[in-house]
Amino acid sequence: MAIPGEVASVSGDRAVIDITGIRREVSIALVEPVNVGDYLLVHAGCAIAIIDKQEALETLELLRQLAGNIHD
Amino acid sequence: MISELELFRNETLAEGLVKAIRRYDGRPVSIMEVCGTHTMAISRYGIRELLPPNVRLISGPGCPVCVTPSFYLKSALELCRRENTIVATFGDMMRIPYKGVSLLTEKALGRDIRMVYSPLDSLDIARQHPDKTVIFLSVGFETTVPVTAIAVLEAAQQGLDNFMILSANKTIPAAMHLLSSDPEVAVDGFLYPGHVSAVIGSGLYEELAKAYGIPGAVTGFDPADILGSILYVLEQIQDNKATVANLYSMVVQPGGNPIARGKIDEVFEPSDAVWRGLGQIPGSGLRLREKYRSFDAWSLINGSVEERDEEARGCRCGDILKGKCLPSDCKLFGKACTPETPVGSCMVSSEGTCAAYYRYQ
Repeated sequence: MAIPGEVASVSGDRAVIDITGIRREVSIALVEPVNVGDYLLVHAGCAIAIIDKQEALETLELLRQLAGNIHD
Repeated sequence: MISELELFRNETLAEGLVKAIRRYDGRPVSIMEVCGTHTMAISRYGIRELLPPNVRLISGPGCPVCVTPSFYLKSALELCRRENTIVATFGDMMRIPYKGVSLLTEKALGRDIRMVYSPLDSLDIARQHPDKTVIFLSVGFETTVPVTAIAVLEAAQQGLDNFMILSANKTIPAAMHLLSSDPEVAVDGFLYPGHVSAVIGSGLYEELAKAYGIPGAVTGFDPADILGSILYVLEQIQDNKATVANLYSMVVQPGGNPIARGKIDEVFEPSDAVWRGLGQIPGSGLRLREKYRSFDAWSLINGSVEERDEEARGCRCGDILKGKCLPSDCKLFGKACTPETPVGSCMVSSEGTCAAYYRYQ
């Protein structure tokens, strides 16, 4: 199962991420250059996607609309 | 950011979505969640119980351990009995029974079998034990395969010639085509996998929707995400449309992750593959390319294991993986087959349909 974590430090193609207080080194060979503070989706010891905050908020808005559509 | 994402778990939003779903008064429909982690989330949050009787959720073949055929396990058992061999594997694989034996029972007999969290961990084991052959049992879809590809590439670069993989890796697109076109399965809508889609992108689903007229949504794993996706699919069905929504765009881009796909393509080539329950699907498997064939542990098996999939007597994992029946329709469910004493693969993995039903219902 994949889990999200916040990048605490970066060194070459490895990064240390913070997953609700637990730190773990992961490979970042599959994602674009990452920065401290980015959120990564990690699966089997490797980041497979950078999580986009703006998109997250837009999805939330879409869900609100979906729920509202039927109410109206 | 996480505190804002907590909004996804906002009860008011989920309640609004449930109310909207309950107002669906169209024909009875079956919506398939393809991914094992969705199955687990749906069971954990009790989403099935919140739906009206004319909306049924069925579980698809998205748990990699569940769809691994029995001959793979037979091969893995053969390999772990070889001298100077270490087998590295994900935890779920240890417990799949094959004729009363599992990797766990072999470990108890003294075979060197190590549980790993990542394919990259098995590379470390190979470095620490240059005198032994380390074989990683490589199962997984597009989320795990790129990580395995990195492991093979690192092994090649570093000349680690005691590292091998036994690939039962599979790709989702061919299975989706099969499920979409099988009249016996009769799916009206799909909840597409979130993390596989992070790699393959959402473009493929547009093709499927167009070709088979089946709507769907790429979805995350929180209750509001899943409920929103169900509602989207129902709206599509009601409006006689078949388009695809990406409700997990914070992770899934239309083009997916091209670096990850590039790594897969560099190391693997498509092959035919046998899926437990679904049989052989042309082009749905991955085998090592010629250049990396020296890492292929199938060469050690050398055809000594017949490529046949056998279900344990009475086990209905096959039908469950196609969404043709529910775990409760299987006579073994919860009696002879429990998470402690699994008979079929769907009861082994926490992502398995039977395990999820057993645990939460």
